Amino acid sequence: MAQTNILSPLPGTYYRRPAPDQPAYKDVGDQVAVGEVVGLIEVMKSFIEVKSELGGKIVAFLIENEDPVMAGQPIVAIES
Amino acid sequence: MKIRTLFIANRGEIAVRIIRAAQELGLRTVQAYSTADKDSLAVRLADEAIDIGPAQAAKSYLNIPAIIAAASRSGADAVHPGYGFLAENADFADAVEEAGLIFVGPTARAIRLMGDKVAARSAAVAAGVPVVPGSDGRVDDSATARDIAARLGFPVMIKAAAGGGGRGIRVVADMEAFERQMPQARAEALAAFGDGGLFIEKLVERARHIEVQVLGDGDDVIHCFERDCSLQRRRQKVWEEAPAVALPAQVREALCASAVALARAVRYRGAGTLEYLYDDATQAFYFIEMNTRIQVEHPVTEMITGLDLVRLMIQIAGGERLSLRQDEIRVRGHSIEVRINAEDPANNFLPFPGKIETLMTPGGHGVRFDTMLFAGYQVSPFYDSLLGKLIVWDETRGRALARLTRALRELEIGGCKTTKSLHLALADDPEVRAATYDTRWLERRLEQNAFRLT
Repeated sequence: MAQTNILSPLPGTYYRRPAPDQPAYKDVGDQVAVGEVVGLIEVMKSFIEVKSELGGKIVAFLIENEDPVMAGQPIVAIES
Repeated sequence: MKIRTLFIANRGEIAVRIIRAAQELGLRTVQAYSTADKDSLAVRLADEAIDIGPAQAAKSYLNIPAIIAAASRSGADAVHPGYGFLAENADFADAVEEAGLIFVGPTARAIRLMGDKVAARSAAVAAGVPVVPGSDGRVDDSATARDIAARLGFPVMIKAAAGGGGRGIRVVADMEAFERQMPQARAEALAAFGDGGLFIEKLVERARHIEVQVLGDGDDVIHCFERDCSLQRRRQKVWEEAPAVALPAQVREALCASAVALARAVRYRGAGTLEYLYDDATQAFYFIEMNTRIQVEHPVTEMITGLDLVRLMIQIAGGERLSLRQDEIRVRGHSIEVRINAEDPANNFLPFPGKIETLMTPGGHGVRFDTMLFAGYQVSPFYDSLLGKLIVWDETRGRALARLTRALRELEIGGCKTTKSLHLALADDPEVRAATYDTRWLERRLEQNAFRLT
């Protein structure tokens, strides 16, 4: 089992759910497929979807909801 | 004047603009900053600066208790809210006054009245100002909503009463879409604005966005003529001009008089803008909303009138009466402003926060560049993408366009993608040169990829 990370494509603020009153896109233990959304990055008042470039099982979220994030920073750990 | 120290509760280019105006008036300036902005130009230029919280706006520039505490601690006697953030938040204006400080802007009552689109529309009707045909007030039951939509004729717009800045608006083409979208719009308005109130308006197709600048002292009101801000993308303005060359002289006179009538009716204080839709074919104008603050595009009005609007709004807040009479406000020449945003025009205007490696700013007669940039500045991802506003003035619109192209060529921002290439293409476009655009024109042009932007 190899562990890899999904990286943030942009700097900004990371959100785990599409809207405050909606459930998280993914939780620890969920399977994720290539192209699936695992969060949003708010950058300059725009919201950009973070899509997984890998398939596998989510083993950890490496930052919290609403945390600031840098471009290239690991945000989700995946086991494949 | 009653103000000695001005607290600036904003950031970016407008904070720099306010500091400059205040310092020229001999005021001490205190700049509020988030941790992301501690090395900003506004912090460098202000006499003092105070940390108001973390980078995210909700925790700093939108944090009313933190701002009030910082303003009180700084010994300021007035707070300038700029635009965006808390500028049109009536609760903030109340909180500033409850803390014993002066709010540089209108009364909280005027902000509340004009911030509620239904109440603003009623005030306009009462003042004899034409409004877009639509429901007279909020529509709560679906049978009445259907009747109104059928009477107006499609397409119609469903708007959130508490919306603004282009948010909370849906365009529907027929009754089937209308019935499907009303409940969604209500739920969305409730979630986004905490108020599910909706109203319905006829869609004026191929309209221009024309707005009138007003100044009031709570008693007297004057206008400083109009701006044409029709070049928009996703309902955000990208290019603004003054005066609006599409308006015949008698229409301009009636439009500006209507703006003064409405601002007088609410005893407006400070700088404000009344936004209208204008239909070239019928020469009809319709009031849509009032912005109770200084606007991003205020410099084009300054360039054609010679006034300093930010200075005037501070003086009015300091208790001075309007010293200008209407017949002293004259238009000279033509001005254009373009917004230089940190966005990649070749990649669907994706935000592009980055480091400004090098900076060459344009100059010369009739050229003004309002910006917070300097070489080495790290553009923050936490705020909007506006890097600066390039404003030109010349004796005619044709000359202003030539000057704009020249100034854009001089502007070099190294290390960051910007909307400069869009503006160079626009300045060269035959329809822009003929000023025949409407509010949807730019999006149609971009869909055709007519500019081949790089």
